[in-house]
Amino acid sequence: MALDQSFVGRTYPPTEPYEVGREKIREFAEAVGDTNPAYRDPEAAKAYGHADVIAPPTFVFSITFRAAGQVVEDPQLGLDYSRVVHGDQKFAYTRPVRAGDRLTVTSTIEAIKSMAGNDILDIRGEVHDASGEHVVTAWTKLVARAAEEV
Amino acid sequence: MTAKIAYDDVEVGTELPAQTFPVTRATLVRYAGASGDFNPIHYNERFAKEVGLPDVIAHGMFTMAEAARVVTDWTGDPAAVVEYGVRFTKPVVVPDDDKGALIEVSAKVAAKLDDNTVRVDLTATCAGQKVLGMSRAVVRLA
Repeated sequence: MALDQSFVGRTYPPTEPYEVGREKIREFAEAVGDTNPAYRDPEAAKAYGHADVIAPPTFVFSITFRAAGQVVEDPQLGLDYSRVVHGDQKFAYTRPVRAGDRLTVTSTIEAIKSMAGNDILDIRGEVHDASGEHVVTAWTKLVARAAEEV
Repeated sequence: MTAKIAYDDVEVGTELPAQTFPVTRATLVRYAGASGDFNPIHYNERFAKEVGLPDVIAHGMFTMAEAARVVTDWTGDPAAVVEYGVRFTKPVVVPDDDKGALIEVSAKVAAKLDDNTVRVDLTATCAGQKVLGMSRAVVRLA
């Protein structure tokens, strides 16, 4: 069923802050097998000019996708999450995420399309730090595949 | 930000060192825990097949993270990445054995942009099929 176009442009309230921890960054870097010292060693990160260890570029998705749950699970929108696959993902960084950040995410529905029975939803997540400065924007395209004919 | 590659030293067509990333079921369990994405299609074969997949598949974001390493290993400082986007075109199917699957990633400089930035186009394949499309990063060089 096609989603309601009137949701395009809707912005959800900012999330509670997510506090980025050094050990969470380390755990993520280890899970993707990335040995870059900027993710593990504060001194190495400082040598690159960062105040503390930084997170790999895709780390922030865990935070923005959780925030996108407000949209995905909005009963008024009526998305069938059991049929959703991740279509596209994009990030634009003002600066890297780093340990100690307290990040909030503001999610906006940018577009809703229907193609060949699939519902396509574009969500933008704006990530800001505790001082209100922009850190990164994440664009997530979700595709709810058409229900199979019974 | 201090990338170890200089803007003046690269040209359109400059290739970044290619890499191959193995992924097993154990890799996926670990990534699920680290990322918080516990969708059972990434560890439960029965569930994956019930929803029409050939087998357990890797998290798209895992593949995206691995592809990024080709760029960040090249620049040294990961903060050199100012934009990064992909399209998930095919799933990475991960069989239940000790070999798993291999994600092969290559990349080259596709354009030199303003402000010491370049556009890097990435290609990621698994079992001969392209698993990422439109995979691009904008990277600020020294």
